[in-house]
Amino acid sequence: MTIKVYVPLDSGAVALGADDVATAIAAKAAKSGADIKIVRNGSFGMYWLEPMVEVETPRGRVAYGPVSTDDIDTLFDADFLTGGDHKLYLGRTSDIPFLKSQSRLTFQRCGIIDPLSLDDYRAHDGLSGLENALKMSAADIVKAVTDSGLRGRGGAGFPTGIKWNTVREAEGDQKYIVCNADEGDSGTFADRMIMEGEPFVLIEGMIIAGLATGATKGYVYTRSEYPDAIRIMTEAIKVARSAGVLGTNILGSGKTFDMEVRMGAGAYVCGEETSLLNSMEGKRGVVRAKPPLPALKGFLGRPTVVNNVISLCSVPVILEKGPEYYRDFGMGRSRGTIPIQIAGNVKHGGLYEIGFGMTLGEIVEQIGGGTASGRPIKAVQVGGPLGAYFPRELFDTPFDYEEFAKRDGLIGHAGVVVFDDTVDMMKQARFAMEFCAIESCGKCTPCRIGSIRGTEVVDKLERGEDPELQIDLLRDLCETMKFGSLCALGGFTPYPVMSAITHFPDDFKPRALDIAAE
Amino acid sequence: MSETTEDQNVRVEAICDQMITMEGPLLPILHEVQEEFGHIPEGALQTIAKKLNLSRAEVHGVASFYHDFREEKAGKHIIKICRAEACQAMGADALADQVRRHLRVDWSQTTADRKITLEPVFCLGLCACAPAAMVDGKVVGRVTSDRMNRILDEVGA
Repeated sequence: MTIKVYVPLDSGAVALGADDVATAIAAKAAKSGADIKIVRNGSFGMYWLEPMVEVETPRGRVAYGPVSTDDIDTLFDADFLTGGDHKLYLGRTSDIPFLKSQSRLTFQRCGIIDPLSLDDYRAHDGLSGLENALKMSAADIVKAVTDSGLRGRGGAGFPTGIKWNTVREAEGDQKYIVCNADEGDSGTFADRMIMEGEPFVLIEGMIIAGLATGATKGYVYTRSEYPDAIRIMTEAIKVARSAGVLGTNILGSGKTFDMEVRMGAGAYVCGEETSLLNSMEGKRGVVRAKPPLPALKGFLGRPTVVNNVISLCSVPVILEKGPEYYRDFGMGRSRGTIPIQIAGNVKHGGLYEIGFGMTLGEIVEQIGGGTASGRPIKAVQVGGPLGAYFPRELFDTPFDYEEFAKRDGLIGHAGVVVFDDTVDMMKQARFAMEFCAIESCGKCTPCRIGSIRGTEVVDKLERGEDPELQIDLLRDLCETMKFGSLCALGGFTPYPVMSAITHFPDDFKPRALDIAAE
Repeated sequence: MSETTEDQNVRVEAICDQMITMEGPLLPILHEVQEEFGHIPEGALQTIAKKLNLSRAEVHGVASFYHDFREEKAGKHIIKICRAEACQAMGADALADQVRRHLRVDWSQTTADRKITLEPVFCLGLCACAPAAMVDGKVVGRVTSDRMNRILDEVGA
């Protein structure tokens, strides 16, 4: 009997050698006459175990990891094709505590299925949400999404159902669904992982959004830094089209929806929805003033839903199992689950999907296992380059939109980056300003000029020139950027800067000028 | 291997013709032109502008806005090193310093022998296997100093 061996095609796994591992396993199997089929699956998101190889056995899928090409001989010697014991043996995949303790709704099939097999997707209840939606009126679909409490997972947390309703009620011959897959925040990779590991769920979510709003055309705008996600997403769209999931007769319903992938060109600011729309239109990725809202005048001036990948990927399960099922996860006004991405200097880095409400300390210390370096955690940046740095004293903050806002932070796209005690917070504050200066679209002055002045002020502070004055200046500058910027780039850059100053004042004391060794 | 401006125009026009019916064709066209020539040749701006009924200044404005589009050809190999926070937390700055010293270039520069271009990148989505890099379009994670030395050897630096 043919034995199925799973080796992820996820770019995180590939970056750690998964392609070479797959080749080596195939070569060794051919040589030893073993009858195997290698399936390139998505990743389960346990990156410290990648490349994680799985074998299908009578007792379920068992895992080995992290596997390198040097381990292949001993794996075959240990009879891993029947689940034999080996120093890399991890037991049944579904029993690995990091995975077992999650509530995987959005990522329920990621890692399990072959990303480009629609049959596999269907066999795991894929398309049931769409089938239900096809029997519902547009208003009822919108109501289900509204009732689920789903809020935009890109970071703003705007209720998805309300946005959809605005587009549904808008007048227009042509409406669009634009998926914002411009995942530029450091520490985040949920969009990439799901596009590479379960692309059909995004397609399904976008079709449902189309049915709910009357949009017949969709675009996935993603980053040129994600070539693998682009390739897999493009291929999945072709598969869906030839199977009649996309096109002019969705699953035989007579309804129309089609979509394509668009690639950005290395501009962080294009993750902001209005500059994304400008970029798609072939313009400079400059932010537009709102109003008009994209829901009314979006792509090419037409009514447009702009939703994050994870928001759209959460829709199929809501339509499949009902809004109450989804809403019952979470806390306060943050309903459902959130795929938390644990990254940086952390022992168990990866994606952890769970209902809102876990504390930051639990996330980085229990789930993440502390730092990779073994040193104490000093700071955790939550929400990407525009998110605040949290000290240990705030580790009791529950992961929730409002609770983070109360502590002058944001959850953003749910990226959590861990730093050990060697981090220099003044350097991080300077970097936040520098990053803003590099990526500013240039439209508004607080962001374009303020960020440059910000780096200069931090440099003066570092040189010990009137330190108290510089801190005052930096605070003043942050106020101006926060309230005077047109979008979140200039408006949120003060979060990392101010949180660094507030929580780590010792790092902002003047220091002797370091003369670089070079 | 020089080619005439006319040859170049023909190729750029062909790309435009192929994509002109897309909604918002300019970015896809610029990507394709760069794929074809390795950069956006100056002459291509006028050709694209004419095809899309834009001014040359508008096309230049778009091409120069995005970090991806190059005015000059890159070196034979392109090494991108992530400079974002998750990679910083795992020593990306030291890694970048090592490469800059070894290649004797700064960010966005090409070595004197035109072999290698070093570019910064802000996040490759490999934040749980930091520090990360991309070498000629292939991703590499957990890049130690030794691993980087092997990469530099492989590309002949």
